[in-house]
Amino acid sequence: MKTLYFDHCASTPPYEQVVRTVGELMNLHYANSGAIHRAGAEAMKLVERAHASVAAACGAKPEEVVFTSGGTESNNLAIKGTILASSRRGTKHMITTSIEHSSVHGVAKQLERMGVEVTFVRPDASGRVSAEDIAAALRPETVLVSVMHVNNETGAIQPIREIGRLLSVYPQTRFHVDGVQAVGKLELDWASSGVDLYSASSHKFRGPKGAGFLLVREGVRLEPLLAGGGQEDGVRSGTHNVPGIVGTAQALRLATETREERAAKMHGLRRMLIGLLQDMPELVLNAAGDESVSAPHVVNVSYPGMRPEVLVHMLEKHGILVSTQSACSSKSLKPSRVLLAMGLDEARASGSIRISFGDEHTEEDIRLLAERLRLAISKLKPLERS
Amino acid sequence: MIYDLVVVRLGEVTIKGRNRSRFEGMMLARIRQALAAVEGLEYERTYGRIYIRLNGVRFEEVEEPLKDVFGIHSFSPAVRSGHDLEEVRAAALTLMNGLEPVPQTFKVTVRRAWKGYPHDSQEMNHLVGAHVLRNTPALKVDVHHPDAELKVDIQQEGVYLSCAVVPGAGGFPLGMNGKAMLLLSGGIDSPVAGWMAMRKGLEIEAVHFHSYPFTSQQATDKVITLTQRLAHYGGRIKLHLVPFTELQTRMVQSGHEHLIITLMRRTMLRIAQRLAERSGALAIVTGDSLGQVASQTLGSMNVIGRTIELPLLRPLVMMDKREIIRISERIGTYETSILPFEDCCTLFVPKSPATNPNLRIVEKVEAGIGAELEKLIEEAVQGTETMILTTEGRADRAAAAAASAEPSDEDRWF
Repeated sequence: MKTLYFDHCASTPPYEQVVRTVGELMNLHYANSGAIHRAGAEAMKLVERAHASVAAACGAKPEEVVFTSGGTESNNLAIKGTILASSRRGTKHMITTSIEHSSVHGVAKQLERMGVEVTFVRPDASGRVSAEDIAAALRPETVLVSVMHVNNETGAIQPIREIGRLLSVYPQTRFHVDGVQAVGKLELDWASSGVDLYSASSHKFRGPKGAGFLLVREGVRLEPLLAGGGQEDGVRSGTHNVPGIVGTAQALRLATETREERAAKMHGLRRMLIGLLQDMPELVLNAAGDESVSAPHVVNVSYPGMRPEVLVHMLEKHGILVSTQSACSSKSLKPSRVLLAMGLDEARASGSIRISFGDEHTEEDIRLLAERLRLAISKLKPLERS
Repeated sequence: MIYDLVVVRLGEVTIKGRNRSRFEGMMLARIRQALAAVEGLEYERTYGRIYIRLNGVRFEEVEEPLKDVFGIHSFSPAVRSGHDLEEVRAAALTLMNGLEPVPQTFKVTVRRAWKGYPHDSQEMNHLVGAHVLRNTPALKVDVHHPDAELKVDIQQEGVYLSCAVVPGAGGFPLGMNGKAMLLLSGGIDSPVAGWMAMRKGLEIEAVHFHSYPFTSQQATDKVITLTQRLAHYGGRIKLHLVPFTELQTRMVQSGHEHLIITLMRRTMLRIAQRLAERSGALAIVTGDSLGQVASQTLGSMNVIGRTIELPLLRPLVMMDKREIIRISERIGTYETSILPFEDCCTLFVPKSPATNPNLRIVEKVEAGIGAELEKLIEEAVQGTETMILTTEGRADRAAAAAASAEPSDEDRWF
């Protein structure tokens, strides 16, 4: 039986080219990019070219790209780095949402314990926060607003552009966007976005793990979280992960060049899947908005009355790999924080699975997925608890 | 606002009587080159001006590249109208209504270059101004300090109306005034000197002296990056990389520590002069600024400059460091210039270099090195590596790489 991997929100299969690139670079360019000898200089040149390449893909300047170890680090650096660099005396205030990934939500909680005041803005029932609610939460002491671009459980697109426009008249307030689920799927118009900081993780767009980047708008100062050799303009010390960095640049270029046709194809698959799911009365779709407000690669669905991991394991027996909630929080048995925040009841919030797909999938795969899902439900149906 | 064309006013070239046509031709070529990436433009040459027909291209797309073209005095986005008065008036009104920010006051300036036009400039001024006033109630006339100046330019082929004037880079079209060698160290000054020389219409070839292992590959890379940036203004630039290690170590051993810089600078000029002869260049350009360092005092300049016969051009000689830095930021060389790689002049700097070297002693020391000096200079010239750079990188290599179908490792990885 063919195994179908439907967990692209958690991680994606890397491009073959990227796998080759990373391998070759590990073989050929192992020198430390900080060394002054020829081999070091060559490694450094590759890092510089990667800066230029990522910048070109995002419409940013090369010096606005800071390579990191991935999404979690980018988010930590953006948020803590901003709070620590803020010269504001007295209370510092931060606005975020109650649907952020744990690498933003957890940081906000951590900062709260350290004395930073945090407002968690709640989304509406469709899983989107509103720019008006963000505006209403603004205070004179607001140092940072952090809102994700695409939610990792529901795929709901947040109104980044509106919030960016809104914040453009508050030069003291930085705007961070966790773009981990959006890069390579949605267009980012960095130059006119009004966003100051944008996080990305390579393995979410078919790049290598342990690599990612943070876009930092020119003139925005961050206190580094890692002190050391002063790499990446002193913002992110640590020996450059040359294979990871170059692999990131290559994967991003491949993803960006083909973004529109890939997004169109994934939207097609998503429409098809949603249509098929509507024929399964046991399941309820969560935050399945139209294409203007939903990312093309995620469908979130609940089986009220069924523990989601049971469904996940049952599907796995039939060769389908999906996740409960987000991969990072799926081991906890608690209901989804994101779905609860949307106002869904406990049964729905506790029973959700996330189906996320990518470039390798075809309509045939979606048909197979629906078929096996139907089979799994029929086996589980007698065990439903009300 | 949709503009029909850009009126480009040529700078100093208009003063040159008989050669004018050649200069205008060169200007046209330079402008075409600078706008090569923008599709759909059409060009037209008239006396002292070049018209760029936009054909739907946004003015903003040509504005930035045009600012960097030498020989342009100024340029304006304009609309073109026929000679009919009503047509001119309607165009004037559209143009005025499209301005942002909305002006409170304005004035009309009419230039009747075509004397066959039925209304003279005074009359036209009134005819157009009154029409705009009548139809724009909030607008007032202010002839002294208007928010907007509506220029109406009556030519035989049509009437051009424009409001905004963007200052150009000035100077002469590149190459119009011949060729010079530029000593390019990698610091802040020499790229600025190169840019100023280019603005004055000089084609330049850059000369860089490297002293591996006393200087690093990064120092040379830095100079390559700087040359690429200068190539933004000049299309392509030759860079000569001169091996200087032997000469430098020989001079360090001459036993006259405080004269090392003087001796080195003289030797560099001599090598540059040889290269100039080879390239047909008629001057050497340096980034010297009076009094800035020991080798740039008047006494040093005197002793150093005497070593060659070609004119030594020092565009920065009377400028303050601050002004130089401002230009280097504007032309995009500053960020590279401040990278911390040492060039061969900053190594072996004596504790107290001579600020007023004695010519006779310097000549004596050189004589003491004797025939060996000449031999080492000749070897340095022979060992010089030359590359042709564009903003994209090495033009000579690119051609070779394109010829071989195999992509390089590096390109495969990105």
